[in-house]
Amino acid sequence: MYSFEPSEEQQMLMDAVGKYAQNDLRAAAHDAEESRELPKKLISKGWEIGLLQASIPEAYGGFGDRSAVTGALAMEEFAFGDLAGTLAVMTPSLFATPILLAGSEEQKQEYLPKIIEGDWAPYTAALIEYAYDFDPNDLRTTAKADGGDYILSGEKAFVPFAKDAEAILVYANLDGKTQGFIVPKDAAGLSVSDEREKLMSLNALPLYRVKLDSVKVSADNRLGDASGHDFELILASLRIASASAAVGVAKASFEYSMNYAKERDVFGVKVAQKQAIAFMLAEMATEIESIRLLIWEAAWKLDAGKEDAAKDAYLAVTGAADMVMMVTDRGVQILGGHGYIREHPVEMWLRNGRGFAMLTGLAIV
Amino acid sequence: MSIEFETPKPIAQIQFVLKTVAENMMRSQSRAFDENEHEIPYSYIEFMHNAMRSIGGGSLAPKEEKPAKEGDEKKEKRPPIGYQNLAAQIEMLSWGDVGFYLITPGGGLGAAAVQSAGSAEQRAKFLARFSEEKPTFAAMAMTEAGAGSDTSAIRTRAVLDEATQEWVINGEKIFVTGGDKSFKEYEQFGKGFVVVWASIDPTAGRAGMRAFVVESGTKGVTIAKLEHKLGIRASDTATIALVDARVPYDNILGSPTVEKTTTGFKGAMATFDMTRPLVAASGIGVARAAVEYVKEQLAEQGVQIRYGLPRQKMTAIERDVIEMEIQLRSAWLLVLKAVWMADNKKPNALESSMSKVKAGDVVTKITQKAVEIMGPLGYSREFLLEKWFRDAKITDIYEGTGQINRLVVARQILGYSGKELR
Ligand SMILES: Cc1cc2nc3c(=O)[nH]c(=O)nc-3n(C[C@H](O)[C@H](O)[C@H](O)COP(=O)(O)OP(=O)(O)OC[C@H]3O[C@@H](n4cnc5c(N)ncnc54)[C@H](O)[C@@H]3O)c2cc1C
Ligand SMILES: Cc1cc2nc3c(=O)[nH]c(=O)nc-3n(C[C@H](O)[C@H](O)[C@H](O)COP(=O)(O)OP(=O)(O)OC[C@H]3O[C@@H](n4cnc5c(N)ncnc54)[C@H](O)[C@@H]3O)c2cc1C
Repeated sequence: MYSFEPSEEQQMLMDAVGKYAQNDLRAAAHDAEESRELPKKLISKGWEIGLLQASIPEAYGGFGDRSAVTGALAMEEFAFGDLAGTLAVMTPSLFATPILLAGSEEQKQEYLPKIIEGDWAPYTAALIEYAYDFDPNDLRTTAKADGGDYILSGEKAFVPFAKDAEAILVYANLDGKTQGFIVPKDAAGLSVSDEREKLMSLNALPLYRVKLDSVKVSADNRLGDASGHDFELILASLRIASASAAVGVAKASFEYSMNYAKERDVFGVKVAQKQAIAFMLAEMATEIESIRLLIWEAAWKLDAGKEDAAKDAYLAVTGAADMVMMVTDRGVQILGGHGYIREHPVEMWLRNGRGFAMLTGLAIV
Repeated sequence: MSIEFETPKPIAQIQFVLKTVAENMMRSQSRAFDENEHEIPYSYIEFMHNAMRSIGGGSLAPKEEKPAKEGDEKKEKRPPIGYQNLAAQIEMLSWGDVGFYLITPGGGLGAAAVQSAGSAEQRAKFLARFSEEKPTFAAMAMTEAGAGSDTSAIRTRAVLDEATQEWVINGEKIFVTGGDKSFKEYEQFGKGFVVVWASIDPTAGRAGMRAFVVESGTKGVTIAKLEHKLGIRASDTATIALVDARVPYDNILGSPTVEKTTTGFKGAMATFDMTRPLVAASGIGVARAAVEYVKEQLAEQGVQIRYGLPRQKMTAIERDVIEMEIQLRSAWLLVLKAVWMADNKKPNALESSMSKVKAGDVVTKITQKAVEIMGPLGYSREFLLEKWFRDAKITDIYEGTGQINRLVVARQILGYSGKELR
């Protein structure tokens, strides 16, 4: 059957996330971006909505089952409020969700209850590398088997909350395959930059460079059992989250610029009454909706265990990155000169929008 | 309810069957009927007619749902999928050949107009013919030389002759898809009709517009011209001249009196909410043919598309093909949502027009890009790719141009009337 209607439970979760995103995240976004600081209280409040908790089974301290579709729906609502805030609130998921998806029973028992049942705590993950052709399936950071241990070497970029992290899930290249390794904060050879990363946007999100100088971790810390795990499923989930966040940002820019255009007088009419603007808005709405459906289908395939789910997730995030660029660019354009001024959020969404082509790895649902 | 993308079994089955039809009855003759415009592929028409009759109808259109009988509770109530099924069929037939698809017997837009604007009596009277022995056609004539996108500008007039209680229609309609097969008397075909839009009160604007069933053979009506086109050449596009054409009183669809409302016009627009995603589906079938062809040809040359790479590592061809796939699929999902809404009786004017905006855009771009990728092979008439490029373009023109559908979408999202956004 085909159906395009979220379930009642999903709708309730979307409503809860949406309310927080609009009332709290959106309200704080401008100052957070300018001051490079997200209030701790804001993060805690977002954490308490329980998006991650609802995707972890009771046996590990949560109260639900993971669904990529539910995650996609919630992520869009979240990022509609603010991208940096969303990524901050959901950072522990970068560590917990891969363990849920691919971890051994021991790893699940050891980490999930303590993350899920506690307050928001900086558990994080390191995937992105500082290279123009960064490819999650062809990492420069390496893992080498060494007796019963693994030696990790390389450098990771854009790692959220790395400075205070309890543990980091580091992805490395083991004989040509991407594999995750749980690196505790005090591991010898692990160093986190003092300075935060400076990016085109996401100023409010503390991101760090992380160096791994022959960091030794035990075989127990390899994500999964002794033979590791399938990275494809994790990557697909990262992509779906990223793509859904892109839709949220795009929708924010679309709605804001549409409302502006309905108010702005030019040449004796509202500027939205000019086809040049109205047609842009129509195309923005159409692109947002079509990419949203592409993501939903990929997420549904992931949940249903369909063979081509990973490919579809890739197509979805690729399409979403282009869509959000187009939409957020137009968002600025529709506001004219005012769009270029930081008092309006559309310029920040444009900066957010450009990131999606390279930021897979900062969110997972 | 929850979000789901599993193709329903009946749809998967009919797609399977129609794929065989497309390969054996359509693709094999595509080129010949493109080169010989205005010839009629009788074999396809006969085959489809017999096939549709054998499964209990004479057209592709969704069958009316029978109300559930009391005591039938054991039977699980399945949500209706008529329009979803129809969109899937049209997509597959157009994948075979969109020109052929357009001359599938069974009433097309003409029957759709009767279905949505006619009374129960009229439906019974005018629609029964499609399941009879001979393949039968119907067409819809709105467009005139001076009135295309702006349908309110039509000049065709219908005046009631009080003495004979007949409508007397004068005017000229152009670009009538299937107009020839619907109106001209062919020995091989049953008696068809053309639904002609005319004004019964030019001072009333849109409120005065009505549709009339003009039967094949009506005196005063002639096929004045058959167009020579860029593509979809297997489908006839006719000019129909009406000079004092007389049709019975009861052939008017909707009320014969003019109130200060635009219900007549709204009837036409409601039909478009149903048909726009279907036109989009048709274009998508053509584009899918092009994408599949390109991938097959590349594979034969040993070129594989590597999914999952960052753009920086892709070849230009990989970028193009992946882009085509993203656009094709996302356009199709808009269609699917629009017809799903139709099946579930949700108002879908926005989604219908969105699907048409998107499809009009992407199917032209995809087929253009496909020809470019294949180079001289793409440009050659030895292969069908260049034909699909020509065929696909119509998607952005009929059933509301891309611009008109953008207007519809914009008005919907902005909450504007036609006056506020022209
Ligand atoms: C950094 C910066 C420096 C500037 N420097 C100067 C300066 O030195 N001196 C100075 O005088 N000004 C300056 N400007 C102002 C600039 O020229 C205006 O912002 C610009 O002309 C657009 O006007 P607006 O911002 O009021 O947008 P609006 O006129 O409100 O336009 C909003 C949107 O509607 C579109 N639009 C407007 N009218 C129509 C129409 N009829 N049909 C279709 N679309 C329409 C516009 O293209 C735009 O997309 C500056 C602006 C910036 C951002
Ligand atoms: C092969 C074929 C089959 C057809 N079949 C049928 C049929 O079966 N029945 C039938 O009734 N008609 C049919 N048509 C007609 C078709 O629906 C019209 O061609 C179409 O609606 C456009 O009208 P037009 O050609 O007069 O273009 P115009 O309305 O003259 O438009 C010219 C250009 O202006 C743009 N435009 C028009 N109005 C606006 C506006 N307000 N804002 C911005 N841009 C605007 C259009 O998008 C277009 O790009 C068919 C056409 C073709 C080519």
